[in-house]
Amino acid sequence: MSPDDFNDLFALCQFLPGPNIVSFAAIYGWRLHGIAGTSSALAGLMIPPVILMIIAGELYARFGTVPVFRGGLTGLAAAAAGLIIATAVQMAEPLARRDRLLQAALAATTFFAIGVMQWPLLAVLIVMAPISIAIAWRATPPSPPLVPRASQENPPEAGTRGLSP
Amino acid sequence: MKADWATYLAMAALFSVLSFLSIGGAVSVIPEIHRQAVEISHWMTDRQFVDLVAIAQAAPGPNVLFVTLIGHHVAGIPGALLATFCMCGPACFVAFLVAQVFERFKHKRWRIAVQAGLVPLSVGLIAAVALLIARAADNDWKTLLITAVTFALTYWTRVSPLYALGAATALGVAGLL
Repeated sequence: MSPDDFNDLFALCQFLPGPNIVSFAAIYGWRLHGIAGTSSALAGLMIPPVILMIIAGELYARFGTVPVFRGGLTGLAAAAAGLIIATAVQMAEPLARRDRLLQAALAATTFFAIGVMQWPLLAVLIVMAPISIAIAWRATPPSPPLVPRASQENPPEAGTRGLSP
Repeated sequence: MKADWATYLAMAALFSVLSFLSIGGAVSVIPEIHRQAVEISHWMTDRQFVDLVAIAQAAPGPNVLFVTLIGHHVAGIPGALLATFCMCGPACFVAFLVAQVFERFKHKRWRIAVQAGLVPLSVGLIAAVALLIARAADNDWKTLLITAVTFALTYWTRVSPLYALGAATALGVAGLL
């Protein structure tokens, strides 16, 4: 796979909804070795951490109320909150520019609707996504004109290209 | 917890739908899972939900795997596998189909506009996740301080956040929180 293909695939997986690392691994595996590639990429990516999660889940179910574990979880959750806040701030930073006031307002509205009002996600997205995409549309330059592809529009006459059996 | 068929079905439906709503990654649907699992279906308490998300944050692997823990809590090992499959499967399959024709529209104006348009929404969603977790995790000055220190370390230094997660857990285990 060339670097360009890699970047394209990465862009695709960020463009589409879903767990993008998982989609990326599935398609990357397919491009390398078909169904065997997809299976082994997904198995390698998912099986070890899923087993780990199941063990963690069993431990939590058994010891989640034991005081020592409770204490540990209290600390862990507080630290996880800090980590997620840092992620949120890092993601929000590019919107903190004077020419992106609209985008910042859209982010703030989404935050308010989901975080504060706790409205259903589907309803919020149905309202917010078209507005946000329309605003992005106005800021996007028109699609470049299709470059005529000589090889397709003027197919070479039979015999001029390597058509040897 | 012992689960019946209705619970499995509800979980499969929930995660299959959310598979398509998780713009910018799986973390963005945490508030919706919280709404459904805690507020509507009462599968777990607020505190349990936040515990599970925190454990998943500390574990290696794709961040979508917090749904494995949620599924496990609701319906044991079958629930864990079901939640993971329903959250990953549908979106992966669609991504796979779209990948075959992505070349045709990757430079199209609408494609670029859709991608750019979803960015502010995913920023708002991540901020909502941060509020949700902080509201449940920070009950006193000690937990607030841990959150602040972890934020500072993650945001201003290149120290791995795993150190902060580990140190905070150790403080709690030592009975200091």
